[in-house]
Amino acid sequence: MYNKHTLLGGLWRHALILFLCAFSIFPVLWVISASFNATDNMQLQQLIPPRPTIDHYRQLFTSDRYKFASWLINSLKVTLITASLTVVLAGLGAYAFSRFRFKGRRVGLLSLLLIQMFPQMLAMVALFLLVLSLGEIFPWAGLNTHTAIILVYLGGAMGFNTWLMKGYFDTIPRSLEESAKVDGATPFQAFYKIILPLARPILATIFILSFITTYGELIIASILLRSNDQFTLPVGMHLMIADQYSQRWGMFSAGAIVAMLPFLVMFVLSQRSLVSGLTRGSVKE
Amino acid sequence: MIGHYVAKHAAKLVLLGLLCAVAVYVCVVLIGMEAYGVAALPLLGAGLITYIFLSEKRYPLRWLVPGLVFLSVMVVYPIGYTIVASFSNIGTGHMLSKEQAVTQLLSRTYAPDDAVTYTYIAFADTAGTVALVLQAENGWILYRDGVASAIDPSDARLVDEDGDGAPDRFSDSVRLSIPQIVPRLSEFEAYRIEYGGTLIGLENLSQFRTRAPQYAYDPESETMTDQTTGVVYTALDGIFTAENGDEIYPGYWVWKGLANYVALITNPQVSGPFLRVFLWTFAFAFLTTVLNFTLGLGTAILVNDPYLRFRTLYRVILVVPYALPAFVTILVWSGMLNQHFGIINQVLVDLFGQGARIEWLEDALMAKVSILLVNLWLGYPYMMIICLGALQSISPSLYEAARVDGATWWQQFRKITLPLLLMPLGPLLVGTFAFNFNNFNLIWLLTEGRPPIAGAMTPAGHTDILISYTYRLAFEGARGNQLGLAAAVSTMIFVIIATISAFNFRMTGALEELSKNV
Repeated sequence: MYNKHTLLGGLWRHALILFLCAFSIFPVLWVISASFNATDNMQLQQLIPPRPTIDHYRQLFTSDRYKFASWLINSLKVTLITASLTVVLAGLGAYAFSRFRFKGRRVGLLSLLLIQMFPQMLAMVALFLLVLSLGEIFPWAGLNTHTAIILVYLGGAMGFNTWLMKGYFDTIPRSLEESAKVDGATPFQAFYKIILPLARPILATIFILSFITTYGELIIASILLRSNDQFTLPVGMHLMIADQYSQRWGMFSAGAIVAMLPFLVMFVLSQRSLVSGLTRGSVKE
Repeated sequence: MIGHYVAKHAAKLVLLGLLCAVAVYVCVVLIGMEAYGVAALPLLGAGLITYIFLSEKRYPLRWLVPGLVFLSVMVVYPIGYTIVASFSNIGTGHMLSKEQAVTQLLSRTYAPDDAVTYTYIAFADTAGTVALVLQAENGWILYRDGVASAIDPSDARLVDEDGDGAPDRFSDSVRLSIPQIVPRLSEFEAYRIEYGGTLIGLENLSQFRTRAPQYAYDPESETMTDQTTGVVYTALDGIFTAENGDEIYPGYWVWKGLANYVALITNPQVSGPFLRVFLWTFAFAFLTTVLNFTLGLGTAILVNDPYLRFRTLYRVILVVPYALPAFVTILVWSGMLNQHFGIINQVLVDLFGQGARIEWLEDALMAKVSILLVNLWLGYPYMMIICLGALQSISPSLYEAARVDGATWWQQFRKITLPLLLMPLGPLLVGTFAFNFNNFNLIWLLTEGRPPIAGAMTPAGHTDILISYTYRLAFEGARGNQLGLAAAVSTMIFVIIATISAFNFRMTGALEELSKNV
């Protein structure tokens, strides 16, 4: 399909791609520039800051108006706990589906598949009422608590991840555990000592996938979290930009850069273990 | 034998015992909250879990319990509840059950014309227990531990230390000063003191007064009668309503059958905006999938060219939008598209003068264009990546054969590339459609559904998609939270998604393949 380029052919191809590259990268360069620009006013910003400064970053973490540091910590806390527990829960379930033969196994697997097709957030009305009444019984798991939001996220992550993990467990030969069982290992020991170390790539993949989806989750967080100091980054930064942001653009930009970092780290990590995941379309689009 | 078993499984038995104790506690609390419908669920759940962990036969299920608990409580139950709630009018003013609403209304009181006014003295002992002495011309009343009794002003327990005629102590309780009373007022306000066939309640900071129930309820005819005015309120659609249309809040929730769905389709003030939102949701999800795929495929063909220099560098730069959290970059875009301060309008004005200023997010049509543009930026790198993978799996010999037969580049693209790409990517494109169908973040962070549709009875905007419309109905409405109506929209989205998924499975035969493998 491809031929050697003529001079003109090479030229228009590079021109076109450079245009696309500019489209892709301009917003990112613009926000990086704004975060180091001395002015806070959007209209006065120049792409190359004349006097670069880190003032906006300092403001960001000392501002009384926005509790950016809390949002960042809340986001990391909720995301890391959710991702870790998702790996544990999905791992246990997937092992049972992969290794045991029991009544209801087939029905269970197919219902998991059906359930995970319906986005949990569509049930927002019910989740809100559920957490509201949960809070009347256990105040530490009611509205405006991170416990509640983690519990909700854990439910939403089960179906898909159990399937993904089961598929991987199926590829690990059973003979490995069988020899361990001959030596007297319980199923749990076989799982813990043999399967888990072998399944490290899929554990990492699910951790990263769960991190990436939870980190940007907005709708459930908006419904359940009520006070500024409990917000996660998406809720907090939405508030930040809804509020006279053209006069505080520098600070918002600094926040944007900081908020991008954890996600970027996960994305780079994912490139090692996610290659097959990408082609399955299992990550955000 | 049993002793041995207990010793071996001590930890497990203790944990199961704890679980059952918590379940009983929750059940009791639920009964206290009059939530009879769900009160048995924790007991059933705990019983089932206990059985699974004690029965050797059910061993494999033990592994599934943790995940299934979350799945059923946080996904299955809410989905079921949403569907059920869509047949009710639950929402602001209609949150309580009928019994709760009636109880609340019956506890309301008013001061009748022949009311007796009492001044009072409040005492508190060291533990904070309060005793009240109500004083009126016809006698004094002592109110303590929820019981009212007559007390003689010369009772020995009342001690007047400074001789001013007013008691300063009641046995070992000390008189409270006004500043000490203020923080307890809400506690006093809740007192309904029953004495001699009348009801006494707090009137103001320094007085109590006889009160009478404001409403009388007749369960036969389901009517509330206001004792002060004599007006009769009839139960109507979950609220007691007078003939002239006056309502008494709180109302309660009632089943409405298909009324929410009927309103979405036939009530012009609801159905007009709903239909627009409905159509735009489909248009948006479809257009964005086509646009992203087209640009992604074009870019993939460009950077897949083995004769192109710097193609690795290009690929890295092109994939940048995909490597960043969308919630941040959408917000950055909303700043860049700002009509007055945004960089894009600044550049346009610099180049073409003031007339070139575009209302990116304020004009109904341009806001839709902006949404497609921003989503193109967010989504085409993903399409490029998957297209690159698919392109590389097409055998070069096909193109060679075509070239030998004299096929042009366009013919090769039409007859070889496109069909061979669409086969593996088809399900992914349906997936992209389904994802964007519910892409709440994009809409909410970029436009919040704005600009608003004029004349809509339910809040709706020109760029709202079904999921953001649902969110608005449920949590942002000027008329309060219309949870029942929102649940009806949710249920409709469930049906649409189920249809799309069924179509996808039918097309790819994925379900058959999966069920063979399970």
